Amino acid sequence: MGPHHYLILSALLFALGAVGVILKKNIISIFLCIELMLNAANLSFIAFSRYLNQVDGQIVVFFVMVVAAAEAAVGLAITVTVYGNRKSLNVDDADLMKW
Amino acid sequence: MMDYIWLIPLLPLAGSALNGLAGKRFGKTFVSWVACGSVGLSFAFAIGAVLNLVQLGPGEREVVRTYFTWIASADFIARAEFLLDPLSAVMLLVVTGVGFIIHIYSIGYMHAEDGYYRFFSYLNLFLFSMLVLVLAGNFLLMFIGWEGVGLCSYLLISYYFDRKSAGDAGKKAFIVNRIGDVGFMLGMFLVFATFGSLDFGEVFRQVASAPVRFPVETGFGLLTAVSLLLFVGATGKSAQIPLYVWLPDAMEGPTPVSALIHAATMVTAGVYMVVRCSPIFSRSEIALAVVSVVGILTAWFAATIGLTQTDIKRVLAYSTISQLGYMFVGAGVMAYSAGIFHLMTHAFFKALLFLGAGSVIHAMGGEQDLMRMGGLRKFVPTTYRTMLVAALAISGIFPFAGFFSKDEILWSAWANGHPVIYLVGLATAGLTAFYMFRLTFLAFYGEERFTAEVRHHLHESPPTMTIPLTLLAILSTVGGFVGLPAWMGLGANRFDEFLKPALKHTRLAEAHDLPHGMEMIFAVISVLAALTGIYIAYRLYVRNPGAADAVAQRLRILYRLSFRKYFVDEIYDGALVCPIRDGAREILWKGLDALVVDGSVNGAGRSIRGLGAVLKHVQNGLVRSYAAWILLGTAVLLYYVAKLRG
Amino acid sequence: METVLFYSLAAIALLAAVNVLVQRRVFYSALSLIVCLTALSGVYLLLDSPFIAAIQVIVYAGAIMVLFLFVIMLLDPFSAEALRDKRRYLGYVAAIAGTLVFVMLVPLLDAYSLSRVPRTPESVAGDVSSVHKLAQVLFNDYLLPFELTSVLILVGIIGAVVLAKRQT
Repeated sequence: MGPHHYLILSALLFALGAVGVILKKNIISIFLCIELMLNAANLSFIAFSRYLNQVDGQIVVFFVMVVAAAEAAVGLAITVTVYGNRKSLNVDDADLMKW
Repeated sequence: MMDYIWLIPLLPLAGSALNGLAGKRFGKTFVSWVACGSVGLSFAFAIGAVLNLVQLGPGEREVVRTYFTWIASADFIARAEFLLDPLSAVMLLVVTGVGFIIHIYSIGYMHAEDGYYRFFSYLNLFLFSMLVLVLAGNFLLMFIGWEGVGLCSYLLISYYFDRKSAGDAGKKAFIVNRIGDVGFMLGMFLVFATFGSLDFGEVFRQVASAPVRFPVETGFGLLTAVSLLLFVGATGKSAQIPLYVWLPDAMEGPTPVSALIHAATMVTAGVYMVVRCSPIFSRSEIALAVVSVVGILTAWFAATIGLTQTDIKRVLAYSTISQLGYMFVGAGVMAYSAGIFHLMTHAFFKALLFLGAGSVIHAMGGEQDLMRMGGLRKFVPTTYRTMLVAALAISGIFPFAGFFSKDEILWSAWANGHPVIYLVGLATAGLTAFYMFRLTFLAFYGEERFTAEVRHHLHESPPTMTIPLTLLAILSTVGGFVGLPAWMGLGANRFDEFLKPALKHTRLAEAHDLPHGMEMIFAVISVLAALTGIYIAYRLYVRNPGAADAVAQRLRILYRLSFRKYFVDEIYDGALVCPIRDGAREILWKGLDALVVDGSVNGAGRSIRGLGAVLKHVQNGLVRSYAAWILLGTAVLLYYVAKLRG
Repeated sequence: METVLFYSLAAIALLAAVNVLVQRRVFYSALSLIVCLTALSGVYLLLDSPFIAAIQVIVYAGAIMVLFLFVIMLLDPFSAEALRDKRRYLGYVAAIAGTLVFVMLVPLLDAYSLSRVPRTPESVAGDVSSVHKLAQVLFNDYLLPFELTSVLILVGIIGAVVLAKRQT
């Protein structure tokens, strides 16, 4: 078993997450796909950490998880607020970011 | 005194500046004093300088004063230097002297004008430019004067700027002059390329002292090219064929302007230039031939037009063109001092003729049509008498000034081997006498053809106008005596002798050994031709007033050709002016400027706007599409990173 | 043994990930994601990272996803996403881009295969799976980032509270 297997899995999960970000219309679904991408990256880090025999990869994963947590919290808080105003979770309705 | 030569042009310049800036505020008396005073002082200094010059021995009469180096760039050095030698001395005296007289006259003539100060400012500026031209010691400085007089000519012709015809005439003069100036400039460039310098002394010394490098050219060579190019400039400035068309129109300007600029001084600049550059011209057979042929053709051609004109100033304008032709003939047949002599005498009597015409116009309250004059000699006696003297002088009647100068040119034409030119010149002399006396008789004799209210207004001019007339009349009478020809038995021609040192680098005509008696006979023939002309004019305009019209009817076609100036203006208009103007409007303006330039600029704007209209859809506010773009970008980046890694 | 485990866990993770995309109701997407994360945790165990595997289950699947579920429950969990997408082109773009990303990533990641990258000496690397070792590195070499993350979490809390506060 080389690292390739893990890396391919990681790449696949990342691609799936990226596609999901674009395709899903519910804002929370998009968040979920972002989390999926983050996890794919984590998998890469762990794989390299194991196969390069360095512990730094795991430390990075540690930090990634922290950041993911903070980001999820804040992002969901924003979602709640926006939902309160618009009563819609459809991301297509929030199209004011132009000009 | 020689150290003060620079004052001669600079005094009029100061006068011009003073009048131009402060003249309006200080009133007419101030302007008159400043203007005439500066010219008067300039004249005084000129006399002083020439007297000093004469005190030097005949071989040393060449004074050069360098004031500063204007341009010093690699091989090219141009200095502000003045050259005073017999040739420029003659020109200097004529310009300042006649200029002064005309300034005095203008005080009376222009006293009713609003732009009084402007007139004198321009007139002084003109004198400055003309003096720079005459005193210049190199081609570049002369060109500055050359351009300056052209500018002042334009300013003064369109003096009555509220008249469209005056503005048009000024523009015509300037533009036609400019065409000539291109020739002058090209000639100048060629001079510099050939001789490595624009300094007169340097260039002429080189031409004269290197017979191998600069032989006498029978075919087309370097010297011929230079001469012909410079001559193009001369045809423009001195109104010869084909660039004479501006001079008749220039009569739109005030009469003193016509007298000073278009008779006595500016138009003679071309002759002066040719004589000054005679070292080059004389070594090119073709150039000499061109100069004399153009001169005599112009003389004849202009005289035939002058026969039928009815505006008094137009007659004089064509007369000027014709007499200038004579001067060029003199230069072309290598009778250089004869040409300059005629320049000088012509300045006297032509200025007198114009000032007299101005006096007549002034008396008639603005009327310029000869057909509406007649019998004026009772009303303006001084004007009549002085104009009669001028007419006699220009016709070449002994002993007036014009006789000596014109005769010398005609004789030189014959003696130096140009019989055809002599014959045409003789015929032209007859025509000259005819049309000048036609003018005299129509204006001063015969029945009065003016209205009663004009009659009421008729008065002799004030002394400020009549005194200059008298002065010029005296000069026209005795002016010829400085150049008494040898056959009169009073010694050699003093004028010729005086000018000889200035022509030291010029190739002179071969001496001929024709007897003096022959010269005398030729002189008599000239006078007879003139008297014939006068007599015919007398018969047609005094004895038999309707006869002129009858002749005109009989020779209808010729009359029409003459009266309509051979349609030259119309031909130029159709062949040159309209194509250029319409071509500029259609092709250059509408095509190139509007379509191409504006089109590309506007088109650039339009295309960017179009591009923007397309690109703006990228920013649609849709988060998902933004995410899609990010993803695409990431893919591209990854591609490049992968490529780099190999 | 390892291979079998890997392939089964990988299969679960992939299927769960696909299900996240496929499900029309967000609630079921979230549940699928929890499955995926748990499977990944198993993969981490396979990679000799017990600590991270535990953290994954506790923090990620346990805390973060629960937070997601809370919010989903709060805000309309069972609304169905529309089938027809008004902007169809996005789907195609996504497919292309996703494929491209995958295609690019693989060789990139492969560049760091063992045969190309020099292995660190055993003495320095130490035992990767040791939590003791992990703690040592974390609290010595990475102390500053560690402290900063605590500040980050604090900021996140404050931000979330401020943002989601009911405006009175």
